[in-house]
Amino acid sequence: MSKGFSITSMPGFSLIALACFAVLYLPVATLVFYAFNAGQSVAMWEGFSLRWFESAWQNTAVQEATIRSAVIAVVAATIATVTATMAAIATTRTAPYRGLTFKYAFINQPLMVPEIVTAVALLIVFSRIKIWTGYSGLGYIIAAHTAFCIPFAYMPIRARLEGMDLTLERAAADLYAPPWAAFKRVTLPILWPGILAGFMLAFVISLDDVVITEFVKSAGQETLPTYMLGQLKRSVTPEINAISTVFLGISILLVTMFFFISRKKA
Amino acid sequence: MILAAGQTAIEAKGVTKQFGTGQDAVKALDNVSVSIRENEFFTLLGPSGCGKTTLLRLIAGFDFPNEGEILLYGENIAPLPPYKRPVNTVFQSYALFPHMTVAQNIGFGLEMLGKPRAEIDKRVSQMLQLVRMEELANRRTSQISGGQQQRVALARALAPAPKVLLLDEPLSALDYKLRKDMQIELKRLQNETGITFIFVTHDQEEALTMSDRIAVMSRGKILQIGSPRDIYDRPSVRFVANFIGETNFLEGDVLAVEGASATVKLAGGGTIVAGLPEGLKPHGRVTVVVRPEHADLVKPGGEADLWGKLENIVYFGTDTHYYVKLDGGEAFIIRQQNSHGAGSGHAVGNPVGVALEANSAQVVRD
Amino acid sequence: MGVAQQAADRAERDQIRKRWLLSSPALIIIFFAAIGPLAVVVLYSFMVKGDYGDVKYWQFSLDGWFNVVAERDMFDDTLGLAWANISIFWRSLKLSFITTIITLFFGFPTAYFIATRKPDKRDLWLFLITIPFWTNILIRTFAMQEVIRNEGIINSALMGLGLVDQPVQIMFTDWAILFGMVYVYLPLMVLPLYASLEKLDFRLVEAGYDLYANRFQVLWRVIIPLVKPGIVAGCILVFIPSLGAYVIPRVLGGGKNMMLGNLIDLQFGQGRNWPLGSALSITLMIIVTLALLVYVRNTAKGGGNGHV
Repeated sequence: MSKGFSITSMPGFSLIALACFAVLYLPVATLVFYAFNAGQSVAMWEGFSLRWFESAWQNTAVQEATIRSAVIAVVAATIATVTATMAAIATTRTAPYRGLTFKYAFINQPLMVPEIVTAVALLIVFSRIKIWTGYSGLGYIIAAHTAFCIPFAYMPIRARLEGMDLTLERAAADLYAPPWAAFKRVTLPILWPGILAGFMLAFVISLDDVVITEFVKSAGQETLPTYMLGQLKRSVTPEINAISTVFLGISILLVTMFFFISRKKA
Repeated sequence: MILAAGQTAIEAKGVTKQFGTGQDAVKALDNVSVSIRENEFFTLLGPSGCGKTTLLRLIAGFDFPNEGEILLYGENIAPLPPYKRPVNTVFQSYALFPHMTVAQNIGFGLEMLGKPRAEIDKRVSQMLQLVRMEELANRRTSQISGGQQQRVALARALAPAPKVLLLDEPLSALDYKLRKDMQIELKRLQNETGITFIFVTHDQEEALTMSDRIAVMSRGKILQIGSPRDIYDRPSVRFVANFIGETNFLEGDVLAVEGASATVKLAGGGTIVAGLPEGLKPHGRVTVVVRPEHADLVKPGGEADLWGKLENIVYFGTDTHYYVKLDGGEAFIIRQQNSHGAGSGHAVGNPVGVALEANSAQVVRD
Repeated sequence: MGVAQQAADRAERDQIRKRWLLSSPALIIIFFAAIGPLAVVVLYSFMVKGDYGDVKYWQFSLDGWFNVVAERDMFDDTLGLAWANISIFWRSLKLSFITTIITLFFGFPTAYFIATRKPDKRDLWLFLITIPFWTNILIRTFAMQEVIRNEGIINSALMGLGLVDQPVQIMFTDWAILFGMVYVYLPLMVLPLYASLEKLDFRLVEAGYDLYANRFQVLWRVIIPLVKPGIVAGCILVFIPSLGAYVIPRVLGGGKNMMLGNLIDLQFGQGRNWPLGSALSITLMIIVTLALLVYVRNTAKGGGNGHV
């Protein structure tokens, strides 16, 4: 018996789609696979072993880079989320006012400029500031990360805010809540999943950044991605597979949490 | 219309609210003045866009007038933000806080006022009893039905014992039976609590059944204020007569004016005495309105004020409508209750006369 | 002006002030660490290069811009085109363009597939396409390296099947960069396409079939025009990063197959020509801005009616 005509099916599309999914995951799967390789090679399987995870764990350069990445990501994501929340409140759920489109474009600007250009621009400015002030700490990297994390934190917060009825805040004001109390007791609790999602996105983006960090960092300030980039130029051992696997695991964890939070409706 | 004893709770004086500027400016309220007494169930009635919700919002404090004053017991509250006004609102969408339970919602206003916990708890259980929702105290507001949400919204607004309660079309989302029940419930609550209720609706039947007084609004202006009976029997403006219930409009010429009534010769025939709206001293051509239930069918040969042909008979269960086409060409509807046995002996197509009940006609401003 | 109007005005002014206050931290950070520095780049492109990098304050010159496409022969001072730079421009534009086409060709069916799954399954597929999106570009580039190296998956398979005797050299060629970019940017094409397809009103597709169109005609004449905004968005989202790609050509292309991003990098490293690097960056920005303008014009023209 024929299945009947399906108006949504297109010949070959499902095949191509599934092939794409396979192609997207296969190389990464192989990468993860070889992280457990007992041998030195990244191509020939010589048995199961956790040695590369151990050596990566004990590698001081890796330790430093990881800690540095984490610190930068936490600080940058936090500042980005707080400022993005404030900006979202100021630019959402209002009738269009003068300067609104300008603000919106400004906040999303980091998404519209190629990373290499921003990296170069920051290199120039920060190196000059370095000469003037002599400061060469993590501040530059954190500032750079915060800037491009803001639009990523902004988007989920704005989305959640737009789904919120303004009447709720009005009801709160009607019931004697001054603006700060209305925000704390009504807006914030309902907005919270959006803020959390924004933080996560910003965190992942900061953790993943390669180009801007590479240009802005001072000597010795490796983050995990810049360390990995350096490693890729030398002889490659499965240690880099092990690091990649752990990194991948963290990213997947964060994306999964992000999905759960975004799907939940309060 | 005499102001009964009792203070004026809310007064709007010359309130104007404009949106937009210059060419595109729209006057949502145009020099509106109204006095609402305490312990009154006062309704703002009108079609959408007439300004009734705008006026409510100005009283609540969600917007500011461009001109005029809004007085609460004599004090101008127009510059005050909403959280400083002892006025509470029941919103059309209820606006219950989804992340709080029913009890927490109801207690919110008192919390914001800084009342001690014990007092809040006591008041909340009082309110729950008042709207008969004690068992649902700890439910999330998203888990209760529409009708229950409505009552929670009511309890939440009443809990802080406001001087005035504003209700913005609170029953519009409910189905027919529930709405009827809630109308009785609201009336009961108003009586029990003694709080001034200002009710906004576009449903004229609702307004007529619940209100002590009604203000009929259109296009930013108040057209008439009066008791339901006044509004229904003695509409002063054409719009009001048309908006409320079914009406017949007749043209006529004024023959004489004595005090509050005028003798009018109808264009279609007879001469009748019609009531006059306050302050109107008409002459020449006027429009007269007659409610369908204040007219009777007359067999040819009898005495009637107007003559025509019976076009249609429609049976409505409780009553029957007779559609007459008058000799002058206008339509006239007569409504008779079906308690007088079968039919009236008239058939479609026959010539009939229309007799108007004495003192039932009213001259209206155009 | 009445008291009431004054109160109304004051309330509005407070609102405006509050809004600026709230949005200023974000705007300030972005100004100082993203947009502002771009102005400095423009400035630097007009200055004289320093001996060890950086620039000489405050000496100005057009050499930076000049060297983008032209060069002065060291020995006989003749002017000629900077063929090396030009070939890099060409490679970047060529590869970005091809990448966009390929990702569109494969991304469209993929997005279509996800959009036509049953609603409860759709989240799963979205999740699967989002993971690569948030995976570090280095990991993905490295993974692709594993596939195309001489000892990688492709060559092992080819040799294992006896199709070739020696490994086919893919690494360090333009092909490697192309594979890498398609692999990395495919999710970027799928997501906006999905966003558009998800809003597609399939009743219009039904109408197409009802009016005697076959599958191909429905696709070409009904579906694609309706999801044009998604297509344009996807193309922009892939073209812009491809043009400025840095990591992928560096890892997969080696030192020889440079793209614009690597050329810029060179000027701030060994090349010690910051003005040239700045001019190149601005050139990249200009091309990107032009592409963005195409996007804005396209969406403003009301393409894509028929969304539910």
